[in-house]
Amino acid sequence: MPFCISLTVNGVKRNIEFDDPRVTLLDLLRERLDLTGAKKGCDRGQCGACTVLVNGRRINSCLALALSHDGAEVLTIEGVAQGEALHPVQAAFIAHDGFQCGFCTPGQIMSAIGLINEGHAGDDPERIREAMSGNLCRCAAYIGIVEAVQDAQKAIAEAGRRDAA
Amino acid sequence: MNTFDYVRPSTVPDAVAAAAAPGSAYLASGTNLLDLMKVGVARPDRLVDITHIAGLDRIERLPDGGLRIGALVRNADLAHDPDFARSYPAVAEALLSGASAQLRNAATIGGNLLQRPRCAYFYDPFSACNKRAPGSGCDALHGENRLHAVLGWSPSCIAVHPSDFCVPLIALDAFVEIEGRNGRREISLDALHLLPGDTPERETALEPGDLIVALRLPARAAVFAGHARYLKLRERTSYAFAVVSAAAALEMEDGAIRQARLALGGVAAKPWRARAAEESLAGERPGEAIFRRAAEAALADAKPSGDNAFKIELARRIVVRALALAAAGTPARLPALPGSPFSSAPGALHDA
Repeated sequence: MPFCISLTVNGVKRNIEFDDPRVTLLDLLRERLDLTGAKKGCDRGQCGACTVLVNGRRINSCLALALSHDGAEVLTIEGVAQGEALHPVQAAFIAHDGFQCGFCTPGQIMSAIGLINEGHAGDDPERIREAMSGNLCRCAAYIGIVEAVQDAQKAIAEAGRRDAA
Repeated sequence: MNTFDYVRPSTVPDAVAAAAAPGSAYLASGTNLLDLMKVGVARPDRLVDITHIAGLDRIERLPDGGLRIGALVRNADLAHDPDFARSYPAVAEALLSGASAQLRNAATIGGNLLQRPRCAYFYDPFSACNKRAPGSGCDALHGENRLHAVLGWSPSCIAVHPSDFCVPLIALDAFVEIEGRNGRREISLDALHLLPGDTPERETALEPGDLIVALRLPARAAVFAGHARYLKLRERTSYAFAVVSAAAALEMEDGAIRQARLALGGVAAKPWRARAAEESLAGERPGEAIFRRAAEAALADAKPSGDNAFKIELARRIVVRALALAAAGTPARLPALPGSPFSSAPGALHDA
C-alpha cells in the first residue's frame, strides 16, 4: 500500500493504509473503517449528509481528500454517544421529531454539534436556521431540527454549569 | 476522477518547485477542486497539497496598520476574527453570506480567490466551453444563461466569478502576495482576475507554479468601517451563489460622503469595481437620487449576454439598497442572514 495516514477516529488512533490517492475522507470512513453513519448524499458538498467534525469543526467529508487529513482528529456520529447514553443533540432530535426518514440525520446532528461548539448562533431560531443551511432534509423536518438545536444547546450549557459548580 | 501524484511539501519554496511540473495543481481545502475533479473538469496530474505548510494560516496586523491574511486562513476564522470584522465589516459579511457553515470551516482565503466559475456548461464535460476546451464554442450563449454576465463578457465566454469575498475586497483595494519561480511579487486583486476576451481559458494573471501566499488589506480601507455593507440577492434564502451582489463602503464627514467604494458581484468574470459610480458619490449627501445616479453609472456599460436583461435593473436596485444600508451605518452585530435583503422570520427586520 503506497499511502498511509494516521487518524484519530472517535478517540481511537488508527494507521490506515490505502492504495488510491483519490479516496475522500467520507469514502475512507464508510468503505475502509465501516463507519457508515456519515452518508453519501450528493458527494458534492451540497447536502451536508456527510458532515463530520475534523479537529472539532464541522466539514463536508465528501470534499475532503483523506490523504490531506493525515494526523487529524475525526468525530463521526458513531462516536458521540457515551455508551448507552445519547449525546444531548441526539436526545433532542428524538424529543422534537427532528427527522422522518433519517438519512440526513447523522449529518444534521454532527452539524448541530459543530454549530453549538462554534457558539455564534445563540438561541435565535433565524441564526440557527442560517447556520444549519448546509444540511438539507428532504422530509423537511426543519422545524423540529431548529427546536432540537435550541433545546440541546440549553441542555449542554446547563450540564456545563453543573460541572463547573 | 483521474488519478494523480500526490506531494505534500512543508515549505513554500518546496511547493513552488513541486508545482513546476506541467499538469500540477495546488490543493488547499479542495472544496472547489475536488468537486471539479469528480466531474472530470479538472484533471491534474499532480496535486501539491499546501495544507501542511506552517505559517500560511496567520492573520497579522502590519506595522503600517494594514492586515495580512495568510492564504490558508479559513473563511469562517477570518469572518469571526474580531479585529478583522471590526476593521472590514463588509468583508466579514460577504464571507458569512457565502456557502454553508461546513464549507466556510474548510475553504481557504486563497482558494476563494481562485474559485472556478459555476457555469453549468463549464461544469459539464459534454458541453461546448471555450474556458474548459479552448475553441470548442460556448453552449451557455444559447443555453440556460439567466444567471450569466452582463458586464465585461465576450462571445467566447459569459460566465461570472462566483466569489462573494472578492467583491468588498476589490472595493477596498486588496492586494495579493504571490510566490513564484522568480520569487515573491504582489499585485492588486483587481489585476488578478481577467476578463474573458478571446482567451477565457486564462482566468487569472497567475503564471504556472505561482502560489498565492497572502492577501493584504490596506490600513486606509478601515476608514469605511462605520458605513460598509455587502448585499447579495440569491434564489433561495441561504447557501446559494449571488444572482447579483454589491459591496458599498462610505467614508462620511459632516453628513456628506467624503469618498465611496462600490463593487458588484455576479455580473462579470471578475469582481466588478464601479469607479465612475464611486466618483459620482464623492462630496454628495446620501440620498435615493444620488444612489440611483451612482447605480446608473455602475451599470452604464451593461448589456445582457442572453436571457438575463433583468439582472441589469436588479443590479441597479441592489446598488441603491447597498448604498442606503451603508449610509445607515454598519450594524453593531451582523444580521442573522448576512448580506440578505430578506429575513426568514416573518415580520423581522433583516438587519435588526
